[in-house]
Amino acid sequence: MNEEILAIAGLEKSFGGLRAIADLDLAVPAGKIQAVIGPNGAGKTTLFNLIAGIFPPTRGEFFFRGKKLNGLKPHEIAHLGISRTFQNVELFAHMSALENVMIGRHSRLRAGIFQAGFRLPGMRREERECRERALKELRFMGLEEKAALDALSLPLGEQKLLEIARALATEPKLLLLDEPAAGLNPRDTAQLSETVLRIRERGITILLVEHDMNLVMEISDIISVLNYGRKIAEGKPREIQRNPEVIAAYLGEEGNGASA
Amino acid sequence: MMRKDLKALSIIAAGVAVFPWIFGGNQYFISLGIFLGLNAITTMGLSLLMGYAGQISLGHAAFLGIGAYSSGILTTRYGLHPLMAFLAGALLSAAVAALVGKPTLRLKGHYMAVATLGFGEIVFIAFNELSSLTGGPSGLSNIPPLSFGGIAMEGTPFLYLVWGVAFAVLAFSLNIINSRVGRALRAVHGSELAAKAMGIDAGRCKLNVFVLSAVYASMAGSLYAHFLAFISPNAFSLMSSILLLMMVVIGGSQTLWGAVAGAAILTLLPQYLRSLEDFEVLAYGAILLAGLLFMPQGILEAIRQLLAKLGGQGR
Repeated sequence: MNEEILAIAGLEKSFGGLRAIADLDLAVPAGKIQAVIGPNGAGKTTLFNLIAGIFPPTRGEFFFRGKKLNGLKPHEIAHLGISRTFQNVELFAHMSALENVMIGRHSRLRAGIFQAGFRLPGMRREERECRERALKELRFMGLEEKAALDALSLPLGEQKLLEIARALATEPKLLLLDEPAAGLNPRDTAQLSETVLRIRERGITILLVEHDMNLVMEISDIISVLNYGRKIAEGKPREIQRNPEVIAAYLGEEGNGASA
Repeated sequence: MMRKDLKALSIIAAGVAVFPWIFGGNQYFISLGIFLGLNAITTMGLSLLMGYAGQISLGHAAFLGIGAYSSGILTTRYGLHPLMAFLAGALLSAAVAALVGKPTLRLKGHYMAVATLGFGEIVFIAFNELSSLTGGPSGLSNIPPLSFGGIAMEGTPFLYLVWGVAFAVLAFSLNIINSRVGRALRAVHGSELAAKAMGIDAGRCKLNVFVLSAVYASMAGSLYAHFLAFISPNAFSLMSSILLLMMVVIGGSQTLWGAVAGAAILTLLPQYLRSLEDFEVLAYGAILLAGLLFMPQGILEAIRQLLAKLGGQGR
């Protein structure tokens, strides 16, 4: 059995003269919650965009469940079972919360122009199942009562949960969460951490980028620390908290010796 | 299809049904009704393309022409059954749209508009120059009328036929909007980044709609050829493409109904302005300009907002 769901080897990404990611190796074990942390500009969101196929790497390879991801388009990568949320919420405007989640089902449905236009029986059944599945994901995220509301009318905290529901509707094997706690109040954050753990219980691997250290330390199985596009440490939360290099990266060189 | 769509559909259907009775078979009004229906078929495709796929085509008269010439040439020169010619035209338009759409739909906004404009001009020139096939600038005449079960489709029966097709196109389009395909289109329009992350192939979605809109235009073109019995390249020039686009903008591209409203306004308006004689063109231009300036979301949205405002004051 393959232990790693995602393997990244020798990854490098440069934007003009700026090297956002340099020679990064990363192995994400299946069924775990792995966090990627680091100061601003460490290359975390770039890493997510590379995995999701938004832009190609300058160098390096990705393997998802043994299959090479390089050269695949974003929608093809989504099809394979990688889904994501966005740092700045990217919900679909003028659509209800339920419709937003139904869009997550897109690649699991078949109906094309003809089936849809003539409303063939297969399409109607598919549509019904899609709606039920989307409602299920809303319920999972505790948003079922908001199903009919315009997605963008929800408060930020719920919009972030809705994005997770939408991502879950794609039936991902790997879920990329980009700063899910940013902008949330402590109560919402506590609920979020519980939710992320329940997602792991469903057998979904989670790769998490997050600045909220309490959340990261509480739920992560493994933490990788990036700084200036390089991995400077990796290990269990307790190990990372004591790592002098990590402390230095976060607090600056003068911070040597300070406890995190 | 939603309930309110069904309601609007039945109102228009009732209007079309009683239309010949009201006008007592006056051929002029019947033809107006037919042109309105033909325009509506084409603008509904354009509306899907603009409002839902977010793409602008300035070359749709070309597809109208491909449909018209397919029907004209295949029935007059090759003696094909009109229905076969109709289908052949639709298939040809779909194929051409797929070929043209693949590279051009990568472009956005103005660039897409210019690319389709170029395509429309090429097709227009082809209609003029391939005179052995198309009859060149002097056109193609003696296109046989449609007939079903011995009933010649002229006048009122043809009006019903055109509107039957228009309703089929409308229902088909509304079904698409309220389906996986329509959801995907709206998603791409809302956030292309998130749509891709949800597994939506944005390029393919746009191409599908472009092909569908070309088929709609082609169907209208075929019916047009059989109705007039004569076609010439001028009907499929850039001006026609612009007029079709204008219908969608004036009516409002946010809903399919806007396309129907816009087709109605721009088909009927010139007829009512006739009485202004020399000032006809001036008045026409002024009305269009005012429409675009004061109702940028289209007339349907403007009416809706007005009603909402009146309703608010009434309380």
